[in-house]
Amino acid sequence: MKKTVFLGALTAAGLAAGAAGATTLEDVKARGTLNCGVSTGLVGFSAPDANGEWTGFDVALCRAVAAAVLGDQTAVEFVPTTGKTRFTALASGEIDMLARNTTWTFSRDVDLKFTFNGVNYYDGQGFMVPKALGVSSAKELDGATVCIQTGTTTELNLADFFRVNNMGYEPVPIETNAEAQQQFLAGACDVYTTDASGLAATRATFENPGDYAILPEIISKEPLGPLVRHGDDEWGDIVTWTLNALIAAEELGITSANVKDMSSAATDNPEINRLLGSEGNLGEMIGLNADWAVMAISAGGNYGEIFEKNIGENTPIGLARGLNALYTDGGLLYTPPFR
Amino acid sequence: MTTLTDPPAESFKLSMLVYDTRYRSITFQIVALVAFLTLVGWLANNTIQNLADLGKEPSFAFMTDPAGYDINQRLIEYSSQSTHLRAAFVGLLNTLLVAVLGCATATVVGVIVGVLRLSGNWLIARLMTVYVEMFRNVPVLMWIVLAMAILIETLPAPSAFRGDDPAATMKVFDSVAFTNRGVYIPEPLFSRGLGDISVFGAFGISLDLIAILLVLGVSIFISKRIGKKADATQEATGIRPRTWHLRTAVIILPTALLLLLLGFHFGYPALKGFNFQGGTHLRNSLIALWLALSLYTAAFIAENVRAGILAVSSGQTEAAAALGLRPKRIMSLVVLPQAMRVIIPPLISQYLNLTKNSSLAIAVGYMDITGTLMGITLNQTGRELETVLLGMLIYLLISLSISAVMNWYNNRVKLVER
Amino acid sequence: MSNTHADTVLYVRDTMLPQSEPPASTIGPAGWAKQNLFSGWLNTLLTVVSAAFVVFLLYRLLPWFISPTWGSDSLSSCRALFEEIGRDHEGACWGVIRDRWQQLLFGFYPAELYWRPILSLILLMVALAPVLFVGKVPAKMLIFSVIYPFMLPWLLWGGTVWMPIAVIAGFGVGYLVFKLVAKVGPGGLAAIVATLATVLWWLFLTAPVAYGLASVLPLALEPVASRQFGGFMLSVTIGVVAIACSLPIGIVLALGRRSDLPLVKWLCVGFIEFIRGVPLITLLFVASVLLNIFLPPGTNFDIILRVMIMTTLFASAYMAEVIRGGLAALPKGQYEGADSLGLDYWQAQRLIIMPQALKISIPGIVSTFIGVFKDTTLVSIIGLLDPLGLANAIRADTDWNGIYWELFLFIGAVFFIFCFSMSRYSMYLERKLQTGHR
Repeated sequence: MKKTVFLGALTAAGLAAGAAGATTLEDVKARGTLNCGVSTGLVGFSAPDANGEWTGFDVALCRAVAAAVLGDQTAVEFVPTTGKTRFTALASGEIDMLARNTTWTFSRDVDLKFTFNGVNYYDGQGFMVPKALGVSSAKELDGATVCIQTGTTTELNLADFFRVNNMGYEPVPIETNAEAQQQFLAGACDVYTTDASGLAATRATFENPGDYAILPEIISKEPLGPLVRHGDDEWGDIVTWTLNALIAAEELGITSANVKDMSSAATDNPEINRLLGSEGNLGEMIGLNADWAVMAISAGGNYGEIFEKNIGENTPIGLARGLNALYTDGGLLYTPPFR
Repeated sequence: MTTLTDPPAESFKLSMLVYDTRYRSITFQIVALVAFLTLVGWLANNTIQNLADLGKEPSFAFMTDPAGYDINQRLIEYSSQSTHLRAAFVGLLNTLLVAVLGCATATVVGVIVGVLRLSGNWLIARLMTVYVEMFRNVPVLMWIVLAMAILIETLPAPSAFRGDDPAATMKVFDSVAFTNRGVYIPEPLFSRGLGDISVFGAFGISLDLIAILLVLGVSIFISKRIGKKADATQEATGIRPRTWHLRTAVIILPTALLLLLLGFHFGYPALKGFNFQGGTHLRNSLIALWLALSLYTAAFIAENVRAGILAVSSGQTEAAAALGLRPKRIMSLVVLPQAMRVIIPPLISQYLNLTKNSSLAIAVGYMDITGTLMGITLNQTGRELETVLLGMLIYLLISLSISAVMNWYNNRVKLVER
Repeated sequence: MSNTHADTVLYVRDTMLPQSEPPASTIGPAGWAKQNLFSGWLNTLLTVVSAAFVVFLLYRLLPWFISPTWGSDSLSSCRALFEEIGRDHEGACWGVIRDRWQQLLFGFYPAELYWRPILSLILLMVALAPVLFVGKVPAKMLIFSVIYPFMLPWLLWGGTVWMPIAVIAGFGVGYLVFKLVAKVGPGGLAAIVATLATVLWWLFLTAPVAYGLASVLPLALEPVASRQFGGFMLSVTIGVVAIACSLPIGIVLALGRRSDLPLVKWLCVGFIEFIRGVPLITLLFVASVLLNIFLPPGTNFDIILRVMIMTTLFASAYMAEVIRGGLAALPKGQYEGADSLGLDYWQAQRLIIMPQALKISIPGIVSTFIGVFKDTTLVSIIGLLDPLGLANAIRADTDWNGIYWELFLFIGAVFFIFCFSMSRYSMYLERKLQTGHR
């Protein structure tokens, strides 16, 4: 008899599912919330705080997209995903976009049939060692025990690196960053390898960060970015251009503080006007309100603000902009024009 | 219900399919079959359509592609250039290894604890109760994670062994090193070994091991024959010839000779570079999983053992005491053999549980079949359907074989009743 | 004759000696200790060794345990505190529990709505009371036990009150249809039609009726998405739903396995053995990555519902075996008695067999529940935020990065309290049932 409740729930869920099937944008608007896949917990990138509010660098991107589409940065359902479940969750439509420091690779784009919407963090795989080990280069790591997070591209990069350099190693696969940190600090592995940003973030929380060094070698390119399913280009465009808007905003000097003023009255920079919707009809073209970019930028600020707030040098994580500076500052961030 | 007397010769009516007991069972079964087939067809149809939508085609071709990742504990040859199939096989062997080790340890610990729980010593009995309740009432996943954490935090890192005045030293005549990367123990080596024999060209089995097992088997067989002969002499003449020295010699000498011929010696672990080299490395992921699984399961087995012992009527104990047996012998000769019959059926399901729980290995990074096939391979290839179904099939086969073997054993020891 | 004694014996005591005290070594604490702790050298050795072990453990753990860090709000402030008071050894940093205990218990459930899960738990106890404490609670309470399963989802997920009512109405519809059809046709047909009508009602009419009524008379609780479930609340919800739903499925499977119809029997055996032969984690993988592929295109349950489906299937296989045990334990006379009364199969099951078999099975059902409850920790592996998953998420917060033992201790303690009390109850019940049968 108790089964019936279950059937009732199934029915309700089935009916809810019946409404699906239109484009992702329509789905999101009809639902009133954006389902955004994030990591189950990665320092600085996504973690729930004591009130259950998600914060972090990846989380901020989800909020910006929600603000652009729905006009409300809190209209996001954060779906924690693991390395294993993230792609299935996206492919099955459980989430509308994935912002889980995911590396843009050929096979993920082509074979797994996802569309990457640009890069929100340029990363590379690095190594961290205790200074006491006396190692100054990754080439000296022959025979070392290496902690790696499973389910990521780092595993394959590591195998390639050691094979190419004809060195042996002992991999210690680990599910989460927290466990890796514990093993590394206790000396159960000599080396911890993951994306350099993750290494820096992890090291920042150590009791004595100065006792550990990040080796100079970066053995891979890890462009991390948001992604959506193949086949819904309108939705892909929205995510792509929301990210671009955040970057362009930094370039154009639009911040969360002045975005309201700048959008209320047309400025003398036509690109700012087009971006903020006071000139042209970019919002209409992308299927959103004219103030979509204003909303996205006021959600968490421009790219630079988001970076500084979550992972920048004034946070415990203390990452430098490096490759993630604007191209004008010697970085790689270069957005196509808003025209 | 089957009291139809002299059924009238009537023509077949449709309602008889439901009301006539002769037809009803067939009707029901056909309905059940149709319902089942419809369900299966529906699921299959959905799957095919969904996969077509995703642009994926079910295929196991990826299993022969290079895996690309390394596995630390491999019982057979494996490198990152080996295939996914081989990686899955490495994982399967790791699953079986920890399952066998775990079952053996859990049985031993479980029996000891079960007996001690009934001990007259108040402190021991209470301690054992605390142990059993603690392990039974906290999830096994937590125990696995905790065991790993304890190993990592309490044992010294290999670097502690370095230097003139090291913080840690090797134990047991400098032959065993306990580190937080695992335990390094001496490994048997053969300086004049016979090499490996390749099976199906896929993996090698040490010929030395085969030779030793073969010689040992023959020795034991001969020793048994000597024992039987002694029995016969005893029955015929009433005097039992002394054979123990002969039997010991038959078992030990040929094996010892063979070991000598093969140049048997131990390879000791030694600190070289980052790690200990040489010796056998029992990784702490294996030890943590092994410890946690066997202690957790042992708590359940202890309860079964206790129940089994309590099920033996006290008359048996009293009768044995009246015969003048001492308490320890009463336990081992009278009570335990009878309790066995009650213990074995639940023991089978505990073995099954342990094997299935070994799939939690990924929590500590032990590369079992869940970690390789349903873990990294799934992640790197994106073939969820194939890998998960194959993994389930493998677990099902393992479970069915364990139950088959244990049921066979159970039928052998079962009390044959009238 | 009477003098013989007097002649041969010099002295005869003609009064009883007063009872003397037992030797000092056999009474009191000393006697107890001698008997229970130091009887024989082996026992003495065991006692000393285990006492030393306990003392050693306490000596090592207590200093860590006693730590004045309840008020601290991050790991670094804990460390600063230790520095301040000059402690040379690390202690526990209990601030994390103060900061996050609500999250560990309720996940992301809105704080102002905590009363709903708490009320559900209390009502669960009330609903279970007539089943668990037979004879001590008025039997009329059973009505509440029947209604409760419909109230639980409403309380937890919220939404309009008409939804559960519309679902219950399905039974009324089924009953009415049964009565109507039974007037004109055979009972078997009526049962089939009634079942069909009920299912159709649920599939197509429940939602419109409920929403229709809701628009007329809006009585609703604030809806809470299942994504906001987490922590122990998630574990308990998954466990309770799985056990409640698996009970009817388990009964059907158990009857099927004991059925005379070979095909039905083999289908049931196949299902039960398949589920019992694979680890729960693989079923959870199915829930997380495959279930959407098996269902019609476009169907999209959220992950928690999918996990509940797979856990229910998992629990029902074990439940079937527990109930089969209960059925097998019934004396054959009960079946024969039912037959001799002229009851048909379903009547016999409903009136004679099941009430007794289920009663015998209750301890087994409780231990299945404990098992499923403990196994819900596995959902952390597929990324759900159960207590263990939340512990990981909490450690990803910059404040608490590096914290470990405190969280595990807390989670372990809560699990222990839950499971231990349930297993004690099940033992009590087992004893009660045993005496009842002797």
